[in-house]
Amino acid sequence: MSRLAEIFRSRELLYFLTWRDVKIRYKQTLLGAAWAVLQPLITMVVFTVFFGRLANIPTGGMPGPIFYYLALLPWTFFAAGITNAGNSLITNTDLLTKVYFPRAILPSSTILAGLVDLAIASALLAVLLPWYGVAPDMEAFAWPLAILVLVVLTLGAGMLVAAINVMYRDVKYALPFAVQLMLFVSPVIYPTENIADEYRWLMLMNPLSGIIETSRSAIVPGRAIDWTHFGISAAIAGVVFLVGSAYFYRVQRRFADLV
Amino acid sequence: MQPSPRDIAIRMSSVSKEYRIGASQGEGMLRDALVGGVKRLLGRGSSPSKRDTVWALKDVDLEIAKDEVVGVIGRNGSGKTTLLKLLSKITYPTSGSIDVRGRVASLVEVGTGFHNELSGRDNIYLNGSILGLKRREIAEHFDAIVEYSGVGAFLDTPIKRYSTGMRLRLGFAVAAHLFPDVLLVDEVLAVGDAEFQAKCLATLSEVGRRGHAVLFVSHNLEAIESICSRTIWIDRGDLRMDGPSREVIAAYLKETAQANTAVVDFSDATGRPGTGEARFSAMEFQGPSGRPLEVIRTADELTVRFEFEAFQAIQSPYIGLSIFTEFGTIVTHPNTFSAGFELGKVEPGKHAVDLRIGRLSLMPGRYPLTLWMNRHSDSESIDWLEQCATLTVHSPGSSVFERSLPRRTGAVLLDAEWHLGDP
Repeated sequence: MSRLAEIFRSRELLYFLTWRDVKIRYKQTLLGAAWAVLQPLITMVVFTVFFGRLANIPTGGMPGPIFYYLALLPWTFFAAGITNAGNSLITNTDLLTKVYFPRAILPSSTILAGLVDLAIASALLAVLLPWYGVAPDMEAFAWPLAILVLVVLTLGAGMLVAAINVMYRDVKYALPFAVQLMLFVSPVIYPTENIADEYRWLMLMNPLSGIIETSRSAIVPGRAIDWTHFGISAAIAGVVFLVGSAYFYRVQRRFADLV
Repeated sequence: MQPSPRDIAIRMSSVSKEYRIGASQGEGMLRDALVGGVKRLLGRGSSPSKRDTVWALKDVDLEIAKDEVVGVIGRNGSGKTTLLKLLSKITYPTSGSIDVRGRVASLVEVGTGFHNELSGRDNIYLNGSILGLKRREIAEHFDAIVEYSGVGAFLDTPIKRYSTGMRLRLGFAVAAHLFPDVLLVDEVLAVGDAEFQAKCLATLSEVGRRGHAVLFVSHNLEAIESICSRTIWIDRGDLRMDGPSREVIAAYLKETAQANTAVVDFSDATGRPGTGEARFSAMEFQGPSGRPLEVIRTADELTVRFEFEAFQAIQSPYIGLSIFTEFGTIVTHPNTFSAGFELGKVEPGKHAVDLRIGRLSLMPGRYPLTLWMNRHSDSESIDWLEQCATLTVHSPGSSVFERSLPRRTGAVLLDAEWHLGDP
């Protein structure tokens, strides 16, 4: 509790670091905030053409662009979040070695900056959904819930990676590779319906699967949310967060000596 | 002098800090850790405690009162910065306990967290919040910070366009408005021009006067002496000395050979022109009571003793000492000829001549010395020791000057006073 209280006392620093991340990202780039939309949008177009049309991978009965975009929103957040949070300590060496503040602020601020991107990218749904005639029903309330679980998962994993990254520089090389692999083991490109029952446990182990599936089912009507699946994913995300933050706090005293 | 417990701002009890040395402070590659772990499991290999370590601080006890401004001196790598990092919780002690009361602000570097792409205005908020200020507090002091920094016209310019001096001023301006209970300052004066340094020093002593504890690490001993009443000397991780600044600094100067050798021996000096009828054997700096003087300060009373050996009888030789600035300009050259001081007939054997200086009118600095002895008859050189020694003059501290001196103040101190005149 004292940890939360400490972070709460430093909430303004958290705000300023997030604001710095967002401002710098959009200040130096030509397209600015459009990047937050372009990245998932272009990926969605490529996936629709190559996986949907050319490879004929099923899209769970929904329009391809909707199927991919609803998965790419959480996926992009996760991939960017774990990368930025994972590197947040070693890219802010000067802060770590020169000022004291709750160390968890650094990974947290990158996650918050990612949330800003997610919000901007989600705004495109206001165009995409009517265009493809998708009218969300009552189940849409589950979408923010999925995002909440996503944030908990990404923050927990990000803190774990950040702490290990300070101790072992291997992480820097392993991280992009691991993120790439995560894309293939998560149901971004393929739907979960086609997975045979004896392999379902394999998919359930990946908390992103429940988040991505719920992101789709919550928005697209006529697709019931698989609450069991979502519950398992949420539980795993919670465990990842507890383990990640516990490890982070256990080793954080040594950060300044190690970076 | 024991302060009551309520007035203590900082208390360290037997604090030690151990660092691991080697190519990397970290555990390096995961591979090494895995291999090491396996070895340890098998009961082979070295335990982590056997690795190369260095004690940055050893068993340090320290108490600092709420309103004290304390200087910290010591050689590079002696543990000064580690001390500040421990007090500001950036790093943690290996053993011992640290108790710091109130809000701590550490200025290990001016402008920590400045981002090049952001404007001066944005960076004031960012830097202030990194140093622990609330947004409301920054807004409240915003105008004062801008005024203090003097970069008002460039407030909306990205600071990558700022000069080094402007960045420094902006960084220190934010820091000057922290109003913490404990302020830790590390070598911020190593940079910046004389005016900036003077401003920083004035601000630091002002903070002390307002009743906040200040711990000030610097290599600028003069600055320390002018604003700190108490100084601690850290030597290879040990708290070597703790006491009045003047005493601690004198001891430190003596130890670090920044002081003069009280006796300069010339018996091995080579390449000395002159006829060689006599040779200087030594030069000695002495204090008022005749004791050897290592630490010489502006306005000190000082005697320079010249010892020489004549190898034959010489009629009235002249002796002189030329004092140069580091740039080679001659400052002055006291000599027996101009003074009309006759040595008379010098018999073969050892002799000594004293030059008594009532008030050394040299400003702090280093002064190369040249010694010479000339024949009376034809002014031919008997002995000539070109730049054979250096006289280091240290700052007199508050005994002579009301305020601290900026660096490079010239060579000579005038015996003068300021008065208001009648218009």
